[in-house]
Amino acid sequence: MNDLPGGDAAIERVYRAEFGKVVASLAGRFGSLDLAEEMTQEAFVEAVRRWPTEGVPPNPGGWLTVTARNKALDRLRRESTRQARHEEADMLAAHEDPGAPVTSVTDERLRLLFTCCHPALAPEAQVALTLRLLGGLTVPEVANAFLVPERTMAQRITRAKRKIAAANIPYRVPRDHELPGRLRGVLAVIYLVFTEGHLPGSGEHGIRDDLCAEAIRLGRVLRELMPDEPEVAGLLALMLLTDARRAARLDAGGALVTLDLQDRSLWDRELIAEGHALVRECLRRNRPGHYQLLAAVNAVHTDAPAFADTDWGQVLALYDQLYAVTPTPVVALNRAVAVAEVRGPASALAVVDALDLDGYHPYHATRADLLRRLGRAPEAVAAYDRALELTANPAERAFLAGRRDALP
Amino acid sequence: MTQYLLSVWHDRDATPEDIYPDPAEREAAYAATGAFNEELRTSGNWVFAGGLHSPNTATVVDGTGNEPVTTDGPYSEAKEQMGGFWVIEAADLDEALALAARGSKACRGRVEVRPFQGE
Repeated sequence: MNDLPGGDAAIERVYRAEFGKVVASLAGRFGSLDLAEEMTQEAFVEAVRRWPTEGVPPNPGGWLTVTARNKALDRLRRESTRQARHEEADMLAAHEDPGAPVTSVTDERLRLLFTCCHPALAPEAQVALTLRLLGGLTVPEVANAFLVPERTMAQRITRAKRKIAAANIPYRVPRDHELPGRLRGVLAVIYLVFTEGHLPGSGEHGIRDDLCAEAIRLGRVLRELMPDEPEVAGLLALMLLTDARRAARLDAGGALVTLDLQDRSLWDRELIAEGHALVRECLRRNRPGHYQLLAAVNAVHTDAPAFADTDWGQVLALYDQLYAVTPTPVVALNRAVAVAEVRGPASALAVVDALDLDGYHPYHATRADLLRRLGRAPEAVAAYDRALELTANPAERAFLAGRRDALP
Repeated sequence: MTQYLLSVWHDRDATPEDIYPDPAEREAAYAATGAFNEELRTSGNWVFAGGLHSPNTATVVDGTGNEPVTTDGPYSEAKEQMGGFWVIEAADLDEALALAARGSKACRGRVEVRPFQGE
């Protein structure tokens, strides 16, 4: 909250909840993301200045939207040198009714999300824009999240906004025939934010709670906006069921704790109940997809009172379905973990050895574990070493090194 | 409406025979491209289009000094050079990308989409 000096908890909450809505509303109105972002920021600065003495208005979101909109109109009037611009601003002002509810803010946010996640933008720019414009993260916060210098991140965001304007990337929800593909892109961006928080690829932290929370918040917004899309429900369920186990995922020393050794009393029962309800809803719809199946796998795990109670036959069946939907080596690798439980580590190792994933550290970590269980210690040590070479996450490194060093 | 340059890129030294080794395939690509051009005219997206001779037919002229200086060959030494292009008018980038996808299929080449500066 670097841009909001003196922002207290109430304003911080309003900021997180309203920033994206205000940006979306202004972008829809004025067609400029730059103007929308800047005026929203200014409206919050004014809120920080006035609310402590005047009190928080009854409808903070409406106050912010009207304030930001008026600032935008002022800016346009000031900057307009041509009569046409004056007329445009006057026309917009004429339609202003401060008492009226802000029109279909939810639609505007959905449009903003699809614009931020347009496939013509680089994936890292999609993530950055989404976090900045919808999540309201400041540029330093987004830079920090992805461990790039602030200047680099500022340039990345500026360049993306410039491309949206210059190339005339449309500000709209895609048409029906484009929707499935475009929605996949949006889901991928949100899940990328989540996985970066759940298992950061680098940096000093084993888990980044802030990024997980932001991804779940975006997932909830999307679910609210597209309640009939099963994959949207699936992604939210997947994130909730994964995040529910967060407190049990690291030990006191910060090392990763695998599912079999986690203290299940630390799992968040409320998140699990919410996730399970979503998974049940997906089952009822019976239109399975990638995220729904991953959520279902996590539902099986979170349903088991103890590791020994896990219904591995069900997990394996779900991975078979997932592989049919997403036939990638990474899915095959995760499926192999279930194969090990159902048919034994030797069968699983045969599956794993056939995969071409040499640069992917979970491949070596999985292989190492299977070799360890088969009593092939020297090969297991070599595999742990290879996995350690490939990951910078401190929690994972501590876990892998611990397992390796425990081998004879 | 925005105007876009849809450019097709080839290896610098590629001849038409390299790009379309099979003569039947070459004829099919030409025919498909011609048909696509016709569709652009009908739909109102057409502004201009053309195929270019190979980059070694290019000449660079530098008129910024007292006397113009001419140099043989293309300006860019890049391995990939523009082989042809369309200039189209589209409602937005989504429409331009959809047209580029069809153009790409027609001419059997990858297409770069780049907006013109407006007004």
